Amino acid sequence: MVTTKEPTATGMASRTAIILVLFVAAFTAALAIVYTLTKPAIDASAAEEKMRTINEVLPGNLYDNDLLTDTLTLPPTAELGQDDESTVYRARLKGEPSTLVLEAVAPDGYAGKIRMLLAIRANGEVAGVRVTLHKETPGLGDYIEPKKDKNKTHPWITQFDGLSLEKVPTPGDWKVRKDGGRFDSVAGATVTPRAVVKAVYKAVKFATDNRERLFAAQRAKE
Amino acid sequence: MLITLAEIKQISLNGVWKQNSSLVQILGMCPLLAITTTLVNGVMLSFATLLVMAFSNFFVACLRNLIPYEIRIPVFILVAAAVVTVIDLGMNAYMHDLYNILGIFIPLIITNCLVLGRIEAFAAKNSPLGAGLDGTMMGVGMIWTLGLLGGIREFIGAGTVLGGIELVIPGTSALQILPADYPGFLVAILPPGAFICLGCLVAWKNWVEARAAQRAALPPPAPLAAGGCH
Repeated sequence: MVTTKEPTATGMASRTAIILVLFVAAFTAALAIVYTLTKPAIDASAAEEKMRTINEVLPGNLYDNDLLTDTLTLPPTAELGQDDESTVYRARLKGEPSTLVLEAVAPDGYAGKIRMLLAIRANGEVAGVRVTLHKETPGLGDYIEPKKDKNKTHPWITQFDGLSLEKVPTPGDWKVRKDGGRFDSVAGATVTPRAVVKAVYKAVKFATDNRERLFAAQRAKE
Repeated sequence: MLITLAEIKQISLNGVWKQNSSLVQILGMCPLLAITTTLVNGVMLSFATLLVMAFSNFFVACLRNLIPYEIRIPVFILVAAAVVTVIDLGMNAYMHDLYNILGIFIPLIITNCLVLGRIEAFAAKNSPLGAGLDGTMMGVGMIWTLGLLGGIREFIGAGTVLGGIELVIPGTSALQILPADYPGFLVAILPPGAFICLGCLVAWKNWVEARAAQRAALPPPAPLAAGGCH
């Protein structure tokens, strides 16, 4: 004989709780599987992206070592604008120090921090600068990114290429033209390039002063 | 449980026009404001949302008879969040460049009220096929609206159209519509510009519908009365 029983509160609660737990377990398992399946591809894309950014600042003929393993972790460094640890990639050619690739931050952008990657050769010359992350106004301050720069032949950020403290010794020259320096800027958006120029100058100075030490230091353990 | 042609038509019309998520339901304003600075961004984020809605609607409709009424909302969110995470991981793995642009807004799709709204209002009561179609069509409605909004803002703000297309289809480039020395119009790019543009689009949609209703109400076209308004 079938009896229909009025469900008790505890019965209802445990039933729904069990169903919810089953759903959670099933979907967590599904996500774990997808995560495991996509992880190799995600890691590969991240490494490839990192190398692509590095290759934009660092010409391929300047190194023959594996950059992603020959790294150094710097403590928070005021000269690079870093309040946190940052990574230095050390490019070597036939075992000889060739170029330092540094991560620097311009803290005083128009909309917060501007993160950059700089390659500075052993002779102190800038091999390249790229902005890796910024929140500058789209269409106004974002010309610091070559992709967004309307000048495709000589993007703004390439003005630094080939410069060194030896070639441009006066600190006053490391400023935008509006402030009496040698760097161009687009009218109406001076705060952004001003921050970038200042940060690049500080990073170049840091790399020039600490070149020997950075190349000689033990590589970071990963 | 298949779906009739009349239902397909009804669901599509609702998603794309009548119940358009941005113009009628006014849902998902946060991504709308932040992402529609260009046509490409607007379309790509809407496309990701379309995938989320189509799949989560479909799964919820499949499971709808297993979900106790009392805990339906947590389960709905669980399903939608799982779909968002799968799409997030998938895009990160196989469409890395696009993932970098849309960035934070992909995980945030889960907070779009539209996703949960369609699950609760439609998927929980309908067949899987119909629910999947409803999610897709809501997404199509979002694609054209956010695409148009992004296009208008990009054109007014920067004088270009299809900026950033090279990140989606390599080898193409943006169209420079206005002269290259166009100074740009900042308000259009910033969030207030999105509100102003959206307001104009809503007004335009209401105008189109009011005109259609007026025509339907007056079967023999009366040229003199057409210009009047009440």
